Amino acid sequence: MKAPKFSYVRADSVEHALELLDKHGDDARILAGGQSLMPTLNMRLSQPEILIDINRLNELKGISLDGDTVVIGALTRHVEVLNSDIVSAHLPLVTEAMPYVAHVAIRNRGTIGGSIALSDPAAEMPACALALGATLVVQNSGGKREIPAEQFFHGLYETARAENELLVEIRFPSQKKDNVSVFMELSRRHGDYAIAGICAYGKVTGETIDDMRLVYFASEDRPVIGEHAIAALNGHAWSEETKDAVSAALENDLDPMANLNGSAAMKLHLQKVLTGRAMDTAVSRAGGTL
Amino acid sequence: MGFIHPYDRPNSYIGRTLPRSRAKRAVAGRGRYTDDITPPRTLHAAFVRSPYAHAKILNIDVEAAKDASGVKLVMTGSELAEMCTGPWVGTLKVFENMKAEPQHPMAVDRVCWHGEPVVMVIAETRAQAEDAGELVVVEYEELPVVINKETALDPGSPVIHANLGDNKAWEHTLGSGDVDKAFEEADHVLEETFYFGRHTAVSLEPRIVLCEYDKGTEQLTIHTSSQCPHMIETVFAQTLGVPEHNVRIVAPDVGGSFGLKIHTFGDEIAATAAAIQLGRPVKFVADRLESFLSDIHARENRVKAKIGIMNDGTMIAAEIDDLSGVGAYSQYPRTSVFEANQILNISFGPYKHPNYRARAQVVYLNAVPTSQYRAVGHPIGISVGEFMMDWAADVTGLDPFEIRRKNIMEDDSYPRPIGSGIPMKDLSHQACLEKLYGLMAYEDLLSEQTELRKKGIYRGIGVAGFIKGTAPSPVGYYGAGGARIAAQDATTVKLEPSGGVIVALGVTDQGQGVDTVMEQIAAAAIGCSMDHVRAISGDTDATPYGGGTYASRATAIGGEATYQAALDLRREILHMAGILLQADPNELDIVDGHVVNDGSNEPRIPLSEIGRIGHFQLGELPNNYQPVLSHTRRYRLQDSPYIYTNGIHGAYVEVDVDTGWIRHLKHWVVEDCGRIINQQLADEQIRGGCVQGLGGALYEHCIYDDYGQLQNGTMADYVTPMMSEMPDIEIDHIQTPTSESELGAKGAGESGTGAAPGVVMNAVNNAIKPLTDGRVTEQPITPEIVLGALGKI
Repeated sequence: MKAPKFSYVRADSVEHALELLDKHGDDARILAGGQSLMPTLNMRLSQPEILIDINRLNELKGISLDGDTVVIGALTRHVEVLNSDIVSAHLPLVTEAMPYVAHVAIRNRGTIGGSIALSDPAAEMPACALALGATLVVQNSGGKREIPAEQFFHGLYETARAENELLVEIRFPSQKKDNVSVFMELSRRHGDYAIAGICAYGKVTGETIDDMRLVYFASEDRPVIGEHAIAALNGHAWSEETKDAVSAALENDLDPMANLNGSAAMKLHLQKVLTGRAMDTAVSRAGGTL
Repeated sequence: MGFIHPYDRPNSYIGRTLPRSRAKRAVAGRGRYTDDITPPRTLHAAFVRSPYAHAKILNIDVEAAKDASGVKLVMTGSELAEMCTGPWVGTLKVFENMKAEPQHPMAVDRVCWHGEPVVMVIAETRAQAEDAGELVVVEYEELPVVINKETALDPGSPVIHANLGDNKAWEHTLGSGDVDKAFEEADHVLEETFYFGRHTAVSLEPRIVLCEYDKGTEQLTIHTSSQCPHMIETVFAQTLGVPEHNVRIVAPDVGGSFGLKIHTFGDEIAATAAAIQLGRPVKFVADRLESFLSDIHARENRVKAKIGIMNDGTMIAAEIDDLSGVGAYSQYPRTSVFEANQILNISFGPYKHPNYRARAQVVYLNAVPTSQYRAVGHPIGISVGEFMMDWAADVTGLDPFEIRRKNIMEDDSYPRPIGSGIPMKDLSHQACLEKLYGLMAYEDLLSEQTELRKKGIYRGIGVAGFIKGTAPSPVGYYGAGGARIAAQDATTVKLEPSGGVIVALGVTDQGQGVDTVMEQIAAAAIGCSMDHVRAISGDTDATPYGGGTYASRATAIGGEATYQAALDLRREILHMAGILLQADPNELDIVDGHVVNDGSNEPRIPLSEIGRIGHFQLGELPNNYQPVLSHTRRYRLQDSPYIYTNGIHGAYVEVDVDTGWIRHLKHWVVEDCGRIINQQLADEQIRGGCVQGLGGALYEHCIYDDYGQLQNGTMADYVTPMMSEMPDIEIDHIQTPTSESELGAKGAGESGTGAAPGVVMNAVNNAIKPLTDGRVTEQPITPEIVLGALGKI
């Protein structure tokens, strides 16, 4: 479990990092928190030629409010997001999800940008970004471009980020005043990768679901929007009947990957259970009664 | 004589909670494990391991690896075999008709499991050794894989070792009474099949050896994380042809062992051979990935069980049929059939049924060899027996406590044998059961359960009684089985010139506090303060030959040896004091490190004076007395095959019946491990044992695919219990000292692991009972299995 040889460069500016990315392309890896990268190096699953350490790039750190947008630098540690007043006030979904991101020690080093750029299908932050309609800002030596979360996640560890681009910023629209959000996931032990998970975000009036977005993660190869489930949900009162209809519709949205944690059938079952529970909670948070 | 029994002395150390002597430095980060020791010029080993479960080795090309940076030696399995006295054969004479294929430390012409070592690379650093390992080219020809134990004995099945004829390692039956007749007479006959998943020890400190060979003195010194240094000394000496008295094994701090570190592993032999060949220190530490692929695994079993019950709840017959899927070889030197053998021995052990029949079939698979791991066989036998007992309670309308009250052996009925024929004595099933009933406030739990069910919350209450074999004798398996494994143990107790006492132990400390327990025993027996006693363990050059710490034996066997040796020293001190004081030794006592007048406790002479005179001022002593002041005693179990212990667990769980998730809310243990020396350490042994048992019951599973590829060889995929998921574990004791020894201590190290899986399985089934006829009969009990039993997927 010793990493093979690699070169290491500590970038002293974003421009420096981008220059190195231009030069080395896929032979380079960005070292941010290192919580996923270092184990893959030590297990020799990944053998990059060069690591570009961005940990000193302070311009990539921090959380700020820009009008109705919460701007989080890609190098912001999970723990900083968890403890941020701006995030808890404007992105309660993210604050609710953050304790599920691994363990304290990992949250102290791991970064929100690293999690989104890696795009592990069981990770929480990609799902939150998709649920809240975040925009991912990537940059190469030619400049920045903005990618909506809906277009960013392509599959298992696959994203819209090009080889020479660095994820620099995540822009989350603040939660709308009348909206509610719910985060739930199931993992074998606290802090493990999720087996099934859901982010629900939208508007509920009384018991009627006006406009809800459901994002599922962990069971698929990427976080996915439950389009059919949403169609069966929006405009309806939350009831056993609606729950059944949403469950049935969900089968058209999800095609779970079986793995060591469970069969496809079990994961689909769990996503249905989570949908019901998330909507129960959403209605209750919106002030409705069940 | 003025001898107050140590238990009865005021402030006796026996039974007191004292902190572990090694704890302070471990907490301060000053522990000294083998990897903390790196002599100058140390080289490092890495292994090329088989990517296949079964394949012929056609060619090995090591040229590029030999030329790689920092590389000092590349050794293949056949080169290593030439340095060894011969392959191992993992059989014991006591297992009649057992078959085993000879095994080389590294594969020679064929690999038989995914992870078997094939080539060793020695380099200046571990990283260089791993880099060079990637340059070794091994050509394989894949062979048919046997990975499913249920088809391994089919006539058409491929055979792993052609010389053995088939894949069967061993078949064994035992029993008593007329089982068939009893089943005919029974009001109810219940039958079920159980599956137990393979898991492994996952010690925090992995296996490690640091080998040094001095070509001048021809002495071999190995620092290693071991629980039986003398056995390792013997096996390494034998295998590498080094005279045993020239081998020194040192086990410094050991970070957990759990049975893993009583076995012989080929990669460790290889690293030692490299040290001999190169004349430089060689270190090999199994990293976590190779630990999963090369540490012994345990518990891959299918068990069919059948019981006969009368309408009043009396069990009149029990039968089990075990199929064990062990690995590619029988692990040397203890074999891989113990697990099956113990299942037969102990299943339904607490109960009085007069008719019992048990069969085990053990088959080889192309997988990591399995062998003894904490509580060998017990988790399986206890889970099966206690499941059947709860089912019998359901069928006869009895409460789980009530049916056990009816069937357990009475506390005043010993000695008597159990169904397997093993003799029992000094047990306390009844007392433990009644104590548990009160400890867990059973009736309150029942009402809470009923109330919560109305709200859709499904909680389950489990009970599971057990017997546990501890401290085996030399007539049962070891010794009599032909293997050079000591079932005796020895302690030397010495008085130093300062009056301090050194206790040199054959048993070892793996973090559980053996050293402290032995210091307590010696201090209590002599009559001195703990501050003046220091234990030495884990060094074969400094301690008398003994079996080490396995099978819950350290306190039960090593403790009695320590006790007797300390009493011998006490007698000599009093003898010498009698001479010096011109007093009758029978009128003297030792209290707090002073020889005193018996009764009045008036100080006469301190032990420091005895030490000074005994070592330096011998002229003050008569010519006919040569002081020894160093006493060694050995102890072996004599009349029984084991010292059996008993106890009972309770569990309270909540099952999320929509997701299948289990929350373990509370766990209780009432245990009879005989005389307790240090209550906190006994409790923590039991707690740790429970957590390891719960790991196997709920989480841990070595998963193989159809090609014999281990699927989850990392800590991310192999799920161990963590603090967040574990319940509070409340412990109480009944103390029935064993009549086998004067000290009266029985073993306590493994029983938690033995009984915890059964009680949690019973609790889960109790929780879901109102909703389904399905039962959980498989471990680990994953959410998927719970959902299956509930009929939800």
